[in-house]
Amino acid sequence: MIDTLLIPLLKIVIVLNATLVAVTYMVLLERKVIAWAQSRLGPMRVGPYGILQPVADAIKLMLKEDITPVRADRWVFTAAPIISMVPALIVYAVIPFGPVVNLFGRQVSLYITDINVGLLYIVSVASVGVYGIILAGYASNSKFPLLASLRASAQLISYEVAVTLILVSVILMAGSLSMVSIVRAQESQHLWYAFVQPFAFGIFVIGSLAETNRAPFDMPEAEQELTGGFHTEYSGMRFALFFLAEYANMIVVSSVATTLFLGGWLRPFPSVAALAFLDFIPSWTWFLIKSFLFLYFFIWIRATLPRYRYDQLMRLGWKVLIPLAILNLVVTGIVKVLIS
Amino acid sequence: MGTAIAFYFISACILGFAVMVISTKDTVHSVLFLVLDFLFVAALYVLLGAQFLAAIQILVYAGGIVVLYLFVVMLVNLKRPPEAHSDPHRKTKLGFGLAAAVLAELALLAFRSSDMPVRPIVEAAAVPVTGNTEVVGWMLYTSYLIPFEIASMLLLVAMIGAIVLAKREL
Repeated sequence: MIDTLLIPLLKIVIVLNATLVAVTYMVLLERKVIAWAQSRLGPMRVGPYGILQPVADAIKLMLKEDITPVRADRWVFTAAPIISMVPALIVYAVIPFGPVVNLFGRQVSLYITDINVGLLYIVSVASVGVYGIILAGYASNSKFPLLASLRASAQLISYEVAVTLILVSVILMAGSLSMVSIVRAQESQHLWYAFVQPFAFGIFVIGSLAETNRAPFDMPEAEQELTGGFHTEYSGMRFALFFLAEYANMIVVSSVATTLFLGGWLRPFPSVAALAFLDFIPSWTWFLIKSFLFLYFFIWIRATLPRYRYDQLMRLGWKVLIPLAILNLVVTGIVKVLIS
Repeated sequence: MGTAIAFYFISACILGFAVMVISTKDTVHSVLFLVLDFLFVAALYVLLGAQFLAAIQILVYAGGIVVLYLFVVMLVNLKRPPEAHSDPHRKTKLGFGLAAAVLAELALLAFRSSDMPVRPIVEAAAVPVTGNTEVVGWMLYTSYLIPFEIASMLLLVAMIGAIVLAKREL
């Protein structure tokens, strides 16, 4: 009873709450880092150094009037933010934050579940998340959201191909689709895959920026051209759901990158015995540090690079990233056959 | 018991959403019910222990193909009222005939398979791998190699056809 029901339930509650708190503080971090990059202070008024700003934002968004446009498709308009949010949250079911550890005299795994098709589960759930953006644009019955959602669907479908092809190279290396096994494979092969597959890692990073609609690929919400993109007509809590989903997706992507390319919960150089003194640090801390650095990289990119033009984005996706991803896959396969 | 309840619930949802797909007036709603239908079909696969198939079902159908449907449906003008056909029932007889044929075929299969023992195509002991994904891969590249290659040829032909149609002058 405790092992089959209570502990998984507890894990789900902890992961979901931690995610939502992390997401709100991600927003603050982004505002702060971008402010520092532009020699500003960022939010400073709510709490010391503005650390209570997320709370104020949440209260503000909940109290705002919730407007549905007159000619909007009501059901789809209401469902779209939910469809965005749910896939972003259920992906956390297969992300391994750490190995099986001993907690209070009980063997507890630091992941909710480890299914045989873990990576495929993440890809397929993420592909359903596209609907949120498309439907928001369609249901608003307004021209800018519709343009944004057409852009978004083309962009997401295009980059999904490149990212999925890259994942296949990683699966070839690890010989498994299970997230835990992929980390274990990196442990037994004594290498993080970012070092073995630098091209794959690079393409994955670029693709994940596009998949999460982040700058420099934030075409679906280009303020200057589309007055806010697919969520132009949304307000209050429904807008907040889109916002939260975007940041939750960023955390998902950085967790996946950490698991696949940066050795998940493993400490740096897991095979070097001289670094064994680092083992007193709990494994999940490494996972969180690596994910955090990846998230910081996302914000850094946003503060640095200007937005791509739409045709440049498509050209990059189809003519550069996908051929490179296929090449990477073929080379990985040949090398694997030659070695074995 | 639990499995049976889940099976009947999922099947009822699949049938219900399938009816909604063809009975809804709004094309976009119809496509959305199709997505729901695909998701429940994936749930049925999970119930049968075919997680790989379930994930692929969601990835390819719900996440890929139907997004393209939606893309096309959104680009055509939907606000126009549906065209009135001269005879709305002109295809009814043909439809009933086809539905009856499919029903008869299903019934025949159901009755035949109930008194025949289920025989695996390859004995479980003959497959040297374990795990859902591994078994699917093994079967595809041994017992079903030729159908697999033919299917990929078919997709290649479709792809070339699409490129030829899209590019007017080559």
